[in-house]
Amino acid sequence: MYDAGKVIAGLVVFAVLVTLPLWYTDALGDPGYKPDPELPKAEKHCVESREYMKAWHMDLLNHWRDAVVRDGKRVYIPEQAVPCGGDADCTGGLCVAGNCRYRMSLSGGCMKCHTSKSRFCDRCHNFLRIAPYCWDCHIDPKED
Amino acid sequence: MNESRRNFLKVAGASAVGAAWGIPVVSALAKAIKSTPLPANLSGKRWAMIVDINKCKRPEVRRACADACRSLHNIPDIERPHREIEWIWSDGFENAFPNQSNEHTRADLRESDVLVMCNHCDRPPCVRVCPTQATFRRADGIIMMDEHRCIGCRYCIAACPYGARSFNWEDPAPHIKQLNPDYPHRTRGVVEKCTLCAERLAEGLEPACVEAANRLAGPGAMIFGDLGDPNSAVSQALRVKTTIRRKPSLGTSPSVFYVV
Repeated sequence: MYDAGKVIAGLVVFAVLVTLPLWYTDALGDPGYKPDPELPKAEKHCVESREYMKAWHMDLLNHWRDAVVRDGKRVYIPEQAVPCGGDADCTGGLCVAGNCRYRMSLSGGCMKCHTSKSRFCDRCHNFLRIAPYCWDCHIDPKED
Repeated sequence: MNESRRNFLKVAGASAVGAAWGIPVVSALAKAIKSTPLPANLSGKRWAMIVDINKCKRPEVRRACADACRSLHNIPDIERPHREIEWIWSDGFENAFPNQSNEHTRADLRESDVLVMCNHCDRPPCVRVCPTQATFRRADGIIMMDEHRCIGCRYCIAACPYGARSFNWEDPAPHIKQLNPDYPHRTRGVVEKCTLCAERLAEGLEPACVEAANRLAGPGAMIFGDLGDPNSAVSQALRVKTTIRRKPSLGTSPSVFYVV
């Protein structure tokens, strides 16, 4: 192999740069900037656990979309039961036989608690440079 | 390729084991969520509608129906005829019912305008041609649009013999006069049409046009109900009134009936 030293050095530099996002935080500890979505103040819990919503909210929303549009089902039964004593415990949902049920709707469900698209959705989405097309049609709540 | 039988079997076996490992992963990802309809949800075997042409003769009645639909569903107001978007509108009797009138047809009928909309056919040609199943027939007979899936190919527009479908040639948002925040609007490049107010049926309400027509022209101007239920308002009215449907020879079997 000609110029083995240069080629291998080049490959090492390439691998380091490409994998940078994977080890940067672990190696340096502080990521420097973390998106900070504004959570609702009064409400205590979302339709599922915080960890689940963080990782899987887009998947859940796709399931909701299909259930509502294609099957005509509009009420969500959480995977992790949320016990309740009245509607007030369900933060925007309904208390049915001691367990919370939620309306599967973006504008009429999620955004009733997360009242600001720009201070909740956009904070992470902008950071990650992704632009979900939800709002091409669905209407986000008016912000003052 | 020069592969020994032994090596081929090894690779095939390893692939099979790998695929078997994948099955639980894939099924876990495809896990269905648990959901139910709203408590007030109206359910039926085949929803249908009757329009009384005589009672809806006054233009303001038909306009009230169209306006109720327009403001509820965020339908844009685009004046240019090639781009306009309509879910329910008025058309002349002879246009709506070709081959069902002649020179001796009652003049008041022949000269009147009638309300037209998606017929929610029993054998819908639009559903047959849709390549993505963006438009589909629900179990209760509603021909529904899943705007998330529409790719804007417009086969359904070509297939529909009633012209009930509109295409969004441009972003409709700037043309919506009064935005209803509880209902989405559409985006550029998708087809839209009447959904028989599926979102209102889910709440236990009749379609908005039926409500508007009956408020202005008295009860019976429009009747909504389940064809599968012999005691429904629609089934009862069909037994005693003379009704026609649009373009019956095409065999689409519409769910919208007209009292002549």
